[in-house]
Amino acid sequence: MAEFLQFTFSGLTVGAIYALVALGFTLIYNASDVINFAQGEFVMLGGMVTVFAAAAGIPLPLAALLAIAVAVTVGMLLHRLAIEPARGATAVTLIIITIGASILLRGLAATFFDKNFHSLPPLIRSEPWMVGGAALLPQSVVVLIGTAVIVAALWSFLTRTMTGKAMLATASNRLAARLVGINTSAIVGLSFMVSAAIGAIGGILAAPITLTNYDVGTLLALKAFAAAMLGGMGNPLGAVAGGLLLGLLEAFGAGYLSSQYKDAIAFIVILFVLFVRPQGLFGKIGVERV
Amino acid sequence: MIVVAIALVVLLLPLILPSSFYYRVLALVFINALAVVGLNLLMGFAGQVSLGHAGFFGIGAYSVALGPTYLGIPSWAALIGGTMLSALIAFVVGRPILKLKGYYLAVATLGMGLLISMVFTNEAGVTGGPNGMPVPRLQLFGWRVFGSQTWYWISGISLIIGAWVAVNLIASPTGRAFRAIHDSETAARVLGIDVARYKLLAFVLSAIYAAVAGSYFSLFDGFVTPNTASFLLSIEFVVMAVLGGLGSILGSVVGAAILVMLPQVLTVFHDYEHIVLGLILIVFLIFLPSGIVPAIATRFGRRTT
Repeated sequence: MAEFLQFTFSGLTVGAIYALVALGFTLIYNASDVINFAQGEFVMLGGMVTVFAAAAGIPLPLAALLAIAVAVTVGMLLHRLAIEPARGATAVTLIIITIGASILLRGLAATFFDKNFHSLPPLIRSEPWMVGGAALLPQSVVVLIGTAVIVAALWSFLTRTMTGKAMLATASNRLAARLVGINTSAIVGLSFMVSAAIGAIGGILAAPITLTNYDVGTLLALKAFAAAMLGGMGNPLGAVAGGLLLGLLEAFGAGYLSSQYKDAIAFIVILFVLFVRPQGLFGKIGVERV
Repeated sequence: MIVVAIALVVLLLPLILPSSFYYRVLALVFINALAVVGLNLLMGFAGQVSLGHAGFFGIGAYSVALGPTYLGIPSWAALIGGTMLSALIAFVVGRPILKLKGYYLAVATLGMGLLISMVFTNEAGVTGGPNGMPVPRLQLFGWRVFGSQTWYWISGISLIIGAWVAVNLIASPTGRAFRAIHDSETAARVLGIDVARYKLLAFVLSAIYAAVAGSYFSLFDGFVTPNTASFLLSIEFVVMAVLGGLGSILGSVVGAAILVMLPQVLTVFHDYEHIVLGLILIVFLIFLPSGIVPAIATRFGRRTT
């Protein structure tokens, strides 16, 4: 039982980070049909900028805000300089552009920061609480609460504000949204900025547990992409569920079966889910128009 | 036409190559191009994404290492065996996977590639794990095949043959079926095309190209690591195909040439290598979104395959 709890804790913590990145994927995908493979780099920027700003003497909360601001700026620039000029290109071309951006950002981080692993001090304290014989890191709770807050904030933004509703409208039908006077290009830009902020916050929250370095984004983007597909592409709640599920799968796979093959176990389950439900767990079946 | 162009390049380049280093780089270009030509059949013509093609490349690469080392079979037989194994895996996995569309297919192929590379990394007792293992040299009729110049010719001629097969296939009814599926699966089905069968055919063919290229790569290198099956290599293949131009066989060669040679050129930038590489990718695709070769072809008002 203690073992089970332990795996659940670690799985949920990692899963929450996947969920945040997957949520970022979903937002951008909904607004623009682009899968942004530089999404993991926002997480990296969040962690790395905070680490280096804090090392330069800036108090931690300010350093974190600065990191989010940097990530949002990068998200905006990515849209303005790389996605917007290539409007009308096929989805696969746009994906390669984001891969180029991801390589570029990683190169910049390796040059301006360094290639070492860094950690941040945990928000509350570092000694774990003992729950039912399992160790629960306070930072894990912070990550989970942080994720819940972000999801809730995003939800109310999308359903309560005019801008959020414009975002939903753009997601459901871009042409119709433009016809009712929504500036869809600005909405796509906004989705990049919001995704960047979400990713950066995830990176800051996770840095005390998972460490951060210039290369941390690659694998995260990969896993979160899988999580988003598992949940059903384009469905924000599906992305969160997919992320948490993937984290749990990895933790239980590593704990009960084989730590070497934990990624394999996760992907076998994903393949299996896709064979049974080709549109993901919560996705809608698309109809091809001829 | 395109095959002739590629053949001329392969035949005439040695006249101006100053050292064996250049043969080595070009052999790598040809090997990568071979894999990308196959991937282009799948992505550019049949319109199916694969983010796991390095898996097949890796199977080819490890077959010529494992076969001779553990089973004592000659390298060329291991190459054929590895290629057949790749084709078989593509055939078995392809049927369920290719029912998926778009990004779901992307994630399924990604998972498949990851599973293959994980086997090579984790079965350290057999494969040497992350450190890799040495590959016995290819022996043909008592002749030990090694050296950059030799592999330049082997990979160059193989690429010519591979491109020739691809170009002819595209011009055949099979190729037209591929393109019909690319344009619209539903429309293709209405026309009486067995969509599942042709998608599977494209998948298996591209796996064969990738496996042969993988075998060449590790025979040429004399060493094999799990990098040959890595996700990053899968992405590199896709980037080569898209950068050169999806649906253009010549584009695959151009894309492979750029992506293989660029890091060699960029070493002058030392630490800024990745920054420049990322920038070049972005700038090229913003200005030439359909890829280099198709963009040039439209500029001169001609369509090429």
